[in-house]
Amino acid sequence: MVELQWYLYLSAAVFTIGVFGFLTRRNIIFMFISIELMLNGVNISLVSFSHYLQDPRGQILAFFVITVAAAEAAIGLAIIISVFRNKETVYVDEMTETKG
Amino acid sequence: MELYTLIPVLPLAAFWINILFGRHYIKDNAHWISVPAVVASWVIALITLSDVLGGKVFNQDIYQWIVSDGFKVSVGFLVDPLTAVMLIVVTTVSSLVHIYSVGYMHKDPGYYRFFAYLSLFTFSMLMLVMANNFLQMYFGWEAVGLCSYFLIGFWYQKKSASDAAKKAFIVNRFGDFGFGLGVILIFLTLGTLHYAPVFGSIGSVAGQTLNILGTEVDLITLIALLLFCGAVGKSAQIPLHVWLPDAMEGPTPVSALIHAATMVTAGVFMVARCAPIFSLSPTTMAVVAVVGGVTAIFAGTIALVQNDIKRIIAYSTVSQLGYMFLACGVGAFGAGIFHLYTHAFFKALLFLGAGSVMHAMSGEVNIQKMGGLKKYMPWTYWTFLLASLSIAGIPGFAGFFSKDEILWQAYAAGPLGKFVWVLGAITALLTAFYSFRIIYLAFHGKFRGTEEQKHHLHESPKSMTLPLVLLAVGAVAAGWVGIPPLLGGTIGIEHSDKFGAFLAPVVGHPHASVHTHAEEWAVMGLSVLLAISGILAARYCYLKNPELPVKIGEKFKFAYRVLWNKYYVDELYDCIIVKPTFWVARNIIVGITDGKIIEGVVNGVPAAIGRFSESFRKIQTGFTHHYAMVMAFGLLAIAIAVFFF
Repeated sequence: MVELQWYLYLSAAVFTIGVFGFLTRRNIIFMFISIELMLNGVNISLVSFSHYLQDPRGQILAFFVITVAAAEAAIGLAIIISVFRNKETVYVDEMTETKG
Repeated sequence: MELYTLIPVLPLAAFWINILFGRHYIKDNAHWISVPAVVASWVIALITLSDVLGGKVFNQDIYQWIVSDGFKVSVGFLVDPLTAVMLIVVTTVSSLVHIYSVGYMHKDPGYYRFFAYLSLFTFSMLMLVMANNFLQMYFGWEAVGLCSYFLIGFWYQKKSASDAAKKAFIVNRFGDFGFGLGVILIFLTLGTLHYAPVFGSIGSVAGQTLNILGTEVDLITLIALLLFCGAVGKSAQIPLHVWLPDAMEGPTPVSALIHAATMVTAGVFMVARCAPIFSLSPTTMAVVAVVGGVTAIFAGTIALVQNDIKRIIAYSTVSQLGYMFLACGVGAFGAGIFHLYTHAFFKALLFLGAGSVMHAMSGEVNIQKMGGLKKYMPWTYWTFLLASLSIAGIPGFAGFFSKDEILWQAYAAGPLGKFVWVLGAITALLTAFYSFRIIYLAFHGKFRGTEEQKHHLHESPKSMTLPLVLLAVGAVAAGWVGIPPLLGGTIGIEHSDKFGAFLAPVVGHPHASVHTHAEEWAVMGLSVLLAISGILAARYCYLKNPELPVKIGEKFKFAYRVLWNKYYVDELYDCIIVKPTFWVARNIIVGITDGKIIEGVVNGVPAAIGRFSESFRKIQTGFTHHYAMVMAFGLLAIAIAVFFF
């Protein structure tokens, strides 16, 4: 039986990798993947808490997150494609149109 | 609904039809709308006159206009002898001017607009004279002023015309302000604005005073003087006469209708209508008489030296209006209205004749460049001559009877009357002189214009000569309704003539002190003598010895310059009103109020907001990483806060 804390370590590690990737990568595709990592890191802790507490609500919440992530991926990729078509780049440093 | 209501409504309908459909549909057929409407009004006015002669007086409200607690005003019509006379004057001259304009305004791009305004003017003037309360009169009063503005500035592309229109409007504002105050004061004093109760109870406040800045002012005198302010502006009396000569920038039919026959006489009409108020204030009556007398001689002298045919006639109008006020001031309101009525015919005729001359001369107005026109335009010449004889006061013509009536009433009205009589008698001489100066310079002698103009000379079309002939009939015969008993006229009450007796129920009749027939003959003889000598002097100066006027001008250079520059009144106003106003406008209004205060607030507030947001916009770098860092640290801060607090 694997202790709950190991699942949480894994979850925190995946989430932190996601945060680190999001902050350091300049490629918008990788930043996008990092966001997915963060979401899945959270999913891991949700599912493990659910198992530990014998409460199915955690799993339901995880499904929600997966659904939202799918929608986010669809929209996000569409945005990325249209940005790429306009700017011919995937590097966020070159996307500074929102500068005030 | 009485038939009378249609009199103002028909021209109003013509106005709306022309102004709404004129530009695209009616165009050059505008006169088919306006002329029948005004002629129909004229026919109804004749019916009205016969009703009133039969003793009928109509006074009825037809519409509740304003009801606000105690303040009630209705639209209503009063038809009494005074109104009937005015209706005849307004509709007759208006109809003839409408017909004349068909020829005169032919091919003008604003043809439909001209007829629309002319009809609107007729409506306004009829509302003014038919009103049965002060507010409706005030409405008509302002509306005729507005139409005057539209029509003076009819050729608005011409700067001088639009300037003259503004000048007329602004100068009138000064007088109308006083008139408005007078109306308000009447309401405050008597609680109503309807003529009947006001004139009925004005006597009850006689002797009451009003404290203004520590001085006790007689209430009725104050009301009457304020009302007279309006009359001074509208009827172009000193010191507000300056707009009328400039108003000649408008088309000539407008000068004839508005600035000679009808609108400018509204002041005289108003004073006569308010005779019950004016009669109670001897001070105001004296002011009216003196202003009238002084204006008469003042404008008459200016007219002596001017060269612009329309301006001479305009100054002549100012002078004749002075006569009318002179009459009102000595209590002879009936005589004033009589002169108003005859003046409308001969003065409109003079203007239309001048228009006919200008038509032939391609717009030339300088009489020094005319001459010998008699041969080319006989209809214009003969009608113009009849009008001049009438205004000069030659026995038998309309002007003679009314002018003689005024001079006699003035003579018979005590010491002040004697003084204004002297002014009036001298003016009679001047009037004859300048009227015949035009005749001799423009119609006699040799033609002094260019060859091109000479080639172009022609008599005006029928639509223009027909009104001239019809008005000439009026200029000769209009006075026959008021032949004095001395010359065998029908005797009315208190030895008045028929016309005076007709008006007496409304305006009263002066109780002239007893005078002998010999005196009356002498006064009449003297004015006839002055008129004839004026004509002979003009003949001597301008036909026999054309160099003489130049020599006189050289000799009395100063007097000539003063008259030529119209006593420098315009220059005076420029110095004391126009220039200071401009100074205040530029330096205080534009410079301080607008430039510093208003612009300071309007520009200052956005500028402050802008500077404030300038510091915040730096956060929006546009780099996604900066936003991500902020989010991450924010998350961290929340996490720390949750853990430790």
